[in-house]
Amino acid sequence: MIPILSMEFLLASGIGAMTAVGLYLIMLRRTFPVVVGLSFLSYAVNVFLFTMGRLNIDLPPIFSKEATAYTDPLPQALVLTAIVITFGMTALIVVLSLRGFLETGSDDVTLASQGGDEAESASRDGASR
Amino acid sequence: MTSQWLIVPVAVPAMTAALLVLAMHYGYAVQRALSVAATGIQLAVAIGLFILASDGESRVYLLGAWPAPFGIVLVLDRLSSIMLLLTAVVAFGVVLASIREWDTRGRHFHSLFQFQLLGVNGAFLTGDLFNLFVFFEVLLIASYGLMLHGGGPKRLKAGFHYVAVNLIGSTVFLFAVGTIYAVTGTLNMADLAVKVPQVAAGNEALLAAGALLLFTVFAIKSAMVPLHWWLAPTYGSTSPAAAALFALMTKVGAYSIIRVYTLIFGADAGPLANIALPWILPAAILTLVMGTLGVLASRSLLDLVCYALVASMGTLLIAVGLASAEGLAAALYYAVQSTVTSSALFLLAGLMARAGEHASAKAKAYTPGTAVLGLYFLLAIASVGMPPLAGFLGKLLILDAGRTSPHIALIWSFILITSLLLILGFARFGIQTFWSRPRAADAAAAQPMPAMLTAVIAGMIVVLAALSVFAGPVMENMTAMAEQLLEPQRYIRAVLPPAATAGLVGG
Repeated sequence: MIPILSMEFLLASGIGAMTAVGLYLIMLRRTFPVVVGLSFLSYAVNVFLFTMGRLNIDLPPIFSKEATAYTDPLPQALVLTAIVITFGMTALIVVLSLRGFLETGSDDVTLASQGGDEAESASRDGASR
Repeated sequence: MTSQWLIVPVAVPAMTAALLVLAMHYGYAVQRALSVAATGIQLAVAIGLFILASDGESRVYLLGAWPAPFGIVLVLDRLSSIMLLLTAVVAFGVVLASIREWDTRGRHFHSLFQFQLLGVNGAFLTGDLFNLFVFFEVLLIASYGLMLHGGGPKRLKAGFHYVAVNLIGSTVFLFAVGTIYAVTGTLNMADLAVKVPQVAAGNEALLAAGALLLFTVFAIKSAMVPLHWWLAPTYGSTSPAAAALFALMTKVGAYSIIRVYTLIFGADAGPLANIALPWILPAAILTLVMGTLGVLASRSLLDLVCYALVASMGTLLIAVGLASAEGLAAALYYAVQSTVTSSALFLLAGLMARAGEHASAKAKAYTPGTAVLGLYFLLAIASVGMPPLAGFLGKLLILDAGRTSPHIALIWSFILITSLLLILGFARFGIQTFWSRPRAADAAAAQPMPAMLTAVIAGMIVVLAALSVFAGPVMENMTAMAEQLLEPQRYIRAVLPPAATAGLVGG
């Protein structure tokens, strides 16, 4: 039985809520909610990874003379890597959706062509060479 | 056994890619020379590593000389060496074919190309689960750039889907890695293989959830039904050179499935033994069916090739799902030949589109010449699995390996029926394209075919023929590889220090 006001409950429900919000948003039809949803998912996974080393309070991650026990330092390194990668990816997808909006005039994520997409892209390929 | 050569397939593209960014101002000639030279070096090293690995030893490179399981390790065994060699061969062909055809349509093509090779080579070599995630990201980031190379609205829309799907995949990967780490306390694959069978009774479900989440990620990468929808729009809207290289990326997914579910969650994994196996065979059969239906419904060569690639992933994964030495050997043989075939077909689609641009304003009105017809015919034969090219032998080997399976009726009927439907699909497309009456205006505007591109496609067909002629020695190697895979103790002993492997039996 986990007490309602424990740190574990707080984190677990927080991760759950963020994942749920993220999953809902990525299923919408516009690019902006999808990007926000992806960000929520990455926040959720970052906190999730952080808790994978178990929740400890006031313990040093690396060597300390006074320490009697240590917290796991590896998840923190993993989270840092994950944050850097997802940050870069989010920046890319933001630019991508902006370019898509500017070139097609809509921020709809569906692939259904509004006519002439194919010919346009083919002529573009030819022109830029 | 340690070998310093293992770092070369990772280090060479990494340094070349950075150099190529700096060489932007020196024009295309310098970039092309650098890129081709670097890919050539990778090819030579891959051949060397293949010979090195063919003695059956697993070789290890400790990054920063940190002992396993604390540092990151690169591991070379037969499977990695075969995949490295395949990557190098395909990449060498594609880089030659891209010269003057596709590399001038946007900036940094060669740089992105080398970054992509860095990710693919790294994924094949790494012996660490989190490092596998990092190399996945490297190859994905490069693939986003390559996929969008040249631009255009259609490409941007499809690119958004591709990036979004893979971002979700990366998130799931991290959830899976986190769960596995929480239960076992390690991410080194060899160490995981030791620790997973000893999992505490209460944590089995958690570890199983992690293992299956991981399988979902690899299923996305290998375009397994129902996670295959991203492939056709993405590959179908990118440049043919990029698509030809991307044919390798689905194999990274298949490789990861083979590696993780033989080494970590294989037959020796105690309560979690063969955890993904019940899912592979049904999903693979569905993938084959969906790919075949896609081929029948395709109207352009690019779409046709995309769905043929999905179908070939289905066939390949059926062989993986057999979980026997024969099945794995057949799967690898099929993977090698289908990658080369798909790459060549993507390049051919580019060749036809290219000639069509010159012939008339509407690409559809173009009627290709006899040489293109010949190349298409040979590649169609290879793709659907008709004799005498290697596709036939690949399917035959898979059918043969399926004889001992309890699901023989299912496997045989689906592979044989879909082969017939694939023949129909390819034949119909060929008839519509090549046997329709040429228009006078088009005949007048006939253009000489780009020589390098044609030569590369022909070279890939020669590789397929060689795979067919030397099928005996190749299969001996593949069988040895499959036996090595099914004895994970050899891998574990090579990676971990002797004290950690004292409790292991067998091998």
